[in-house]
Amino acid sequence: MQARQKDSLLVASVKDSLGAAVITFALACVMVGLRVDVASGRGAELFLEHRWLAVAVAVLIVFAGRLAMNIFFWKREDPPSLNLSGLMPKGGLGANSSNIIKYGLLGLAVVLPFVLMFWLGARGSRQYIDLAILVLTYVMLGWGLNIVVGLAGLLDLGYVAFYAVGAYSYALLAHYFGFSFWLCLPLAGILAAFWGIILGFPVLRLRGDYLAIVTLAFGEIIRVVLLNWYQFTGGPDGLSGIPRPSFFGLEFSRGEGGFASFFGLDYSSIHRIIFLYYLIFAMALFTNFVTMRLRRMPIGRAWEALREDEIACRALGINTTNTKLTAFALGAMFAGFAGSFFATRQGFISPESFTFLESAIILAIVVLGGLGSQIGVVIAAIVMIGGFEFFREFEEYRMLVFGMIMVVIMVWKPRGLISSRTPSVALSKNAKGISADLVQEGHG
Amino acid sequence: MSTWDNNPVLKVEHLTMRFGGLTAINDLSFNIGRGDITALIGPNGAGKTTVFNCITGFYKPTEGRLVMNRSNGEKHLLERMADFKITADAKVARTFQNIRLFGGMTILENLMVAQHNPLMVASNWTVGGLLGLGGYKKSNVDAIETAKYWLERIDLIDRADAPAADLSYGDQRRLEIARAMCTGPELLCLDEPAAGLNPKESLELNNLLQYIRKEHDTSVVLIEHDMSVVMEISDHVVVLDYGVKISDGTPEFVKNDPHVIAAYLGVEDDEVDQVEEEVGIV
Ligand SMILES: Nc1ncnc2c1ncn2[C@@H]1O[C@H](COP(=O)(O)OP(=O)(O)OP(=O)(O)O)[C@@H](O)[C@H]1O
Ligand SMILES: [Mg+2]
Repeated sequence: MQARQKDSLLVASVKDSLGAAVITFALACVMVGLRVDVASGRGAELFLEHRWLAVAVAVLIVFAGRLAMNIFFWKREDPPSLNLSGLMPKGGLGANSSNIIKYGLLGLAVVLPFVLMFWLGARGSRQYIDLAILVLTYVMLGWGLNIVVGLAGLLDLGYVAFYAVGAYSYALLAHYFGFSFWLCLPLAGILAAFWGIILGFPVLRLRGDYLAIVTLAFGEIIRVVLLNWYQFTGGPDGLSGIPRPSFFGLEFSRGEGGFASFFGLDYSSIHRIIFLYYLIFAMALFTNFVTMRLRRMPIGRAWEALREDEIACRALGINTTNTKLTAFALGAMFAGFAGSFFATRQGFISPESFTFLESAIILAIVVLGGLGSQIGVVIAAIVMIGGFEFFREFEEYRMLVFGMIMVVIMVWKPRGLISSRTPSVALSKNAKGISADLVQEGHG
Repeated sequence: MSTWDNNPVLKVEHLTMRFGGLTAINDLSFNIGRGDITALIGPNGAGKTTVFNCITGFYKPTEGRLVMNRSNGEKHLLERMADFKITADAKVARTFQNIRLFGGMTILENLMVAQHNPLMVASNWTVGGLLGLGGYKKSNVDAIETAKYWLERIDLIDRADAPAADLSYGDQRRLEIARAMCTGPELLCLDEPAAGLNPKESLELNNLLQYIRKEHDTSVVLIEHDMSVVMEISDHVVVLDYGVKISDGTPEFVKNDPHVIAAYLGVEDDEVDQVEEEVGIV
């Protein structure tokens, strides 16, 4: 009996893998095997190159890989992945270790610029503080999107549009009216939220895949408008000379009246970088604070209930359209804040910074971190963005590596790194987190 | 004239619901008496759930009127209202044939979500609550008290912080009823609340319904297949078959109505006598 089962396992696996190999062969023949190239020796003549070896390698890789996956994972009743996940902490992290990570990261973030300065000096640390600013920007964006995707369960693939609205709001308001950063920051958030409502109104009737596709389209529309409205936005040339933020009216400039001279420091360009770091840090913390508070309020509970079951929500008298709109608008608002920060940091923006890839990265951070988990977003942002920069030397391979890492994480922890939900209200002091297996992902 | 016609909480008038060519409900009229437990019964596919979906606004009736008379004198025409308004303003709450709890949220959270509307007002549509203004804190505490009250009624107070999806089937059914009650309804529509319950759970359900009727200003209408449950707790029974009302009256009356017997045995009216003789009812 045992032997026969083994036998059929092997046979089935080989059959399946052969099928995959045949498909690979058919595809690879045309896509890999034949290649048109310009002959260098004989003028600009085109010629056809045959690469049958590459085809054979591709087919072999697919066959072997698929066979291994079949035998060890898919066709087994007790795949080792089960044992593997048994080794991992169950239900995500315990409340305790999660708290340690949380406060550990918070403390680290507070002292980071000074540690780096002390360690590497002003010149050497600049690059790392810049990277930390980038990571924090994505943390903030991730937290903002988490409201929409993680809490309300609405799949938004065009989130970067609101980031763009925020960035352009600041750049244009500063350009045409000379408004300062501190005035534009709230305005950018309000404008982004306003656009969130305008775009949200028609699309929130849609659900699931339809919603995802329409938000994707809206994201692209905004980018294309920015790209083509040359007189107003500068089109592909972008907008430059965006004013830098001041520290309560003190510019980060050399000489009298600047930040450095006011505090009796020697002028250094690192001051502004550190200031920007703490600025985005405060903005991100604000996002987190508001979100965590909202989660414990009726609107936050309604978002989560909406993700769990929209029909039940309506049967309880909840206006689901408004509830979705508030989630959309709030998420957009935080993207708007982050956008105006981006504009002031870069001093230059163009539509190129707001492509679909950005939306995809932010969404990947939210999904990898664990839908609805705030600390998960932080870890995922550090891993994704930090890792991205860290592996810069590997050039084209880093995309490959990241694709693979994402696949591995999704196989190993399909619900994201931190996959437990903390109740928003509890009677007993030590209420446990809810395992993500029970939590719905939302339908639209 | 029967009691439910004197002071109906809900009047269903000439309700018709068509899905394309299929007429699920055909010219149905009946009254739900205030303070009564009314049972809506009928064979599978008779259109009972469809009636509920019309009452609670999930379907827009093709024809007919649904008049909700609230105890404060307000009249609501349910067929014109959006589904969430029906719960929020007309005070009609419902449960579902296939239980719809928020499985990933705790039992307490489920009951808190049901109090969304008053809490939203108390938190000044979130703004006041976010800024920590007074009123919201107190309302929040009150809402938790209401939830606790119902948790004690359904014996789930010890599990308040467990996810709803972890509950047994019978507990889930009772939680769904408690959740509907947390919206403060005047009419509670229960779609097969006893389906799949064991005798003990069934008894607990009966007690809960009796309690709701006695202690709260809530009328109950329920869909039920189990005749013994219907006969035991309902004051008024309406029988549907193929979307048409075939009987309407006290349990005693309905039990002996030949149309009902025929419908449940699946025979034509004129064969009823013959069937009844065979089964030995006459
Ligand atoms: N949305 C819909 N679209 C099309 N037909 C529907 C729809 N909803 C219900 N029906 C049809 O209406 C009829 C009545 O269905 P309904 O669910 O109301 O029956 P029921 O009395 O609740 O039955 P059961 O006892 O099985 O729950 C059935 O024929 C059903 O197929
Ligand atoms: Mg039904």
